[in-house]
Amino acid sequence: MTSVVQPVPEVAAWDLPSRLRAGVVGLIVAEAALFAVFLVAYLFYIGKSLSGPYPREVLEAPIFISICLWASSGTVWLATRALHSGHMSRAGVWLLVTVALGGVFLGGTAMEWRRLIVGHGLTIGSNLFGTSFYSLVGLHAFHVTVGLAVLTLLLVFAWTGWLRPTHREHVEMVSWYWHFVDVVWVLVFSVVYLVGR
Amino acid sequence: MDTIADTLHRPEGATQERLPLLAWLHEWVVTVDHKRLGIMYICTGLAFLLIAGVEASLIRFQLVVPESTLLSPQVFNRLFTMHGTTMIFFVAVPIVFGFANYLVPLMIGARDLAFPRLNAFGFWLTLFGGVLLYFSYLAGDGLSGAGSAPDVGWFAYAPLTGRAFSRGNSTDYWNLALLVSGTGTIATSVNLVATTFSMRCRGMTLGRMPLLVWMMLVVAGMTLVALPPLSAAQIMLLLDRFLGAHFFNSQAGGSAVLWQHFFWVFGHPEVYILMIPGFAFASEIIPVFSRKVIFGYPALVAATVSLGFISVSVWAHHMFAVGMGRTPNAFFAASTMLVAVPTGVKLFNWLGTIYGGRIRFATPMLFCTAFLFQFLCAGLTGIMLAAVPFDWQLHDSYFVVAHFHFMLVGAIVFNIFAALYYWFPKATGRMLSETLGRWNFWLLVVGFNLTFVTLHFAGILGMPRRIYTYPADRGWELVNLVATLGVPLQAAAVLLFLINVVISLRRGKPAGDDPWDAWTLEWTTTSPPPPYNFETPPEVRSRRPLWDLKHPDDPDWVHE
Repeated sequence: MTSVVQPVPEVAAWDLPSRLRAGVVGLIVAEAALFAVFLVAYLFYIGKSLSGPYPREVLEAPIFISICLWASSGTVWLATRALHSGHMSRAGVWLLVTVALGGVFLGGTAMEWRRLIVGHGLTIGSNLFGTSFYSLVGLHAFHVTVGLAVLTLLLVFAWTGWLRPTHREHVEMVSWYWHFVDVVWVLVFSVVYLVGR
Repeated sequence: MDTIADTLHRPEGATQERLPLLAWLHEWVVTVDHKRLGIMYICTGLAFLLIAGVEASLIRFQLVVPESTLLSPQVFNRLFTMHGTTMIFFVAVPIVFGFANYLVPLMIGARDLAFPRLNAFGFWLTLFGGVLLYFSYLAGDGLSGAGSAPDVGWFAYAPLTGRAFSRGNSTDYWNLALLVSGTGTIATSVNLVATTFSMRCRGMTLGRMPLLVWMMLVVAGMTLVALPPLSAAQIMLLLDRFLGAHFFNSQAGGSAVLWQHFFWVFGHPEVYILMIPGFAFASEIIPVFSRKVIFGYPALVAATVSLGFISVSVWAHHMFAVGMGRTPNAFFAASTMLVAVPTGVKLFNWLGTIYGGRIRFATPMLFCTAFLFQFLCAGLTGIMLAAVPFDWQLHDSYFVVAHFHFMLVGAIVFNIFAALYYWFPKATGRMLSETLGRWNFWLLVVGFNLTFVTLHFAGILGMPRRIYTYPADRGWELVNLVATLGVPLQAAAVLLFLINVVISLRRGKPAGDDPWDAWTLEWTTTSPPPPYNFETPPEVRSRRPLWDLKHPDDPDWVHE
């Protein structure tokens, strides 16, 4: 071993990913695993109900509200873009549109459930179709509700002027969650209304 | 060696004055400091270890003689359910996540986790999940007046959990306690992933991270994928039990086997979620006490990551006896045997590190050495059980019990003890007594092997799991007697550890910053570290930053 002190190299400055992004990606991975199991359960129980009502008889694809939900992904993107360029009032308007579209989706789901429960007598305890349908669609609707609550909060902040361009990363994270909820609906829609009928 | 570390990161005025009891308690309750939360996680785990240990002892004493009447079958069912559930979810999980909490920020040169408040949230959920589980002893009979603590086994197979077979609320306590604590564990995993990716100090590239950080990253990632399936299945069970859904109700066409799949999709990765932190401790401790750099760092990282991937494709080897058919059996047998490859790689990494080293057998190294042997045995019986016909013969026998206790105790608990002895000086500023440590080690190693080597034979002799007693003519008396003789030795080992902690906290040798002459960043700061960990954020140029500071003439970055 020599006693010569080795020259200490400079450590280069670097950029690490933001912790918010890393955290939200982690959350989305966990949520995806949760939904995967409910989707598998739904697929597994297709055609296994011992008694009616069967999906073919009672389900109608909720195309209008689905388009509303998917469109809200676009409007929340427009809101974050407006925030990026500092247009606060425009961001508020797009947030309002997003919340409205999400609200239409939830309202549509409520009406669908009412029709199924009151009109066709299909409850979670009726058969395996009811069990897997209400739990999967309900889990998704629950996530929509949580997303709507957060978006409404952002909307209030935008109106009161508490939302500033510096918050754009936070708003973007909310939009990531919202996009995730919309992507899940693509899968749920395909499994329940296309494959499952 | 202290002086080198001293000149760099010793903060001024790190001493703390004594607070009155209530203020002190309040400080701990409201804390968001990763070190305090880590310590609370570990203490929670140790407290539940005592409870679950008492349950295990009662189980063994019930079985020491044939036709014993010490415990009723109902109480016995509750005991093995609570023992398993507690040991997995409220002993092993809190302890390994506690260590991750404490060590990951220190090792990557950060001041805290990415989301300190989320971290506190995760801890309190875990603790209250455990409290909820044990509250069932008081309230489990519910409105219908039937039941006490959960008695459906730690995996709560359907249809035992159906309303018809589990009246009262005992199963609901099992369900909700794990749902609550699972949410906390997922939150902490999100936190650990974000911390590892976003909070590393300058120069701490992924390729320079300490192996413990790498392995905890894999563990956190696996938790994110593996734990939500359990939560999902438990939500389904809640719907079954409270809203009359039929997921696992075979009378309405539901499938009890589906629950098994969902449970083990979680359950098997969970084994590795607990095992990999054990590997992590060994990978930090063995090099320091062999005075050698870890052998094959990239291979060890690659083996850990591949183990993470393999672990999510082996779950149904718990279900060979269900009758899944030839193709699934062949697939899961093959994937299970594949596990032997990365774990074998790891064993050779550690052996290669020890080989030619100047080994110091301090207490942490003793535990790690025993771990190497016991882990090998556990792995070998694992490969035996992966062979489907062999598994059919011995499934649900004590052979399986012995196999997984070799893994969970012989490998994980031994490494947890190694880690407790190794990092106790960092967390408290005082050394644990080596004399008591040696007693602790030898009592545990003898007691553990007495109990669990013997139980392999009980299994081969045909003794089934979960029986509360057995007739005298089966030839199981001797093995059960010997297995139970190991219990007092293990209990004494754990008690000695607690005594050691109490004594050393008051009168232990002051540790200094770096008592083991180690190389990772946590040893550059004071013991215990100040709330902000490092006065100036460290900069890292190699995998062993503290070695570089101590040996400016021969730093690692020249060789890496």
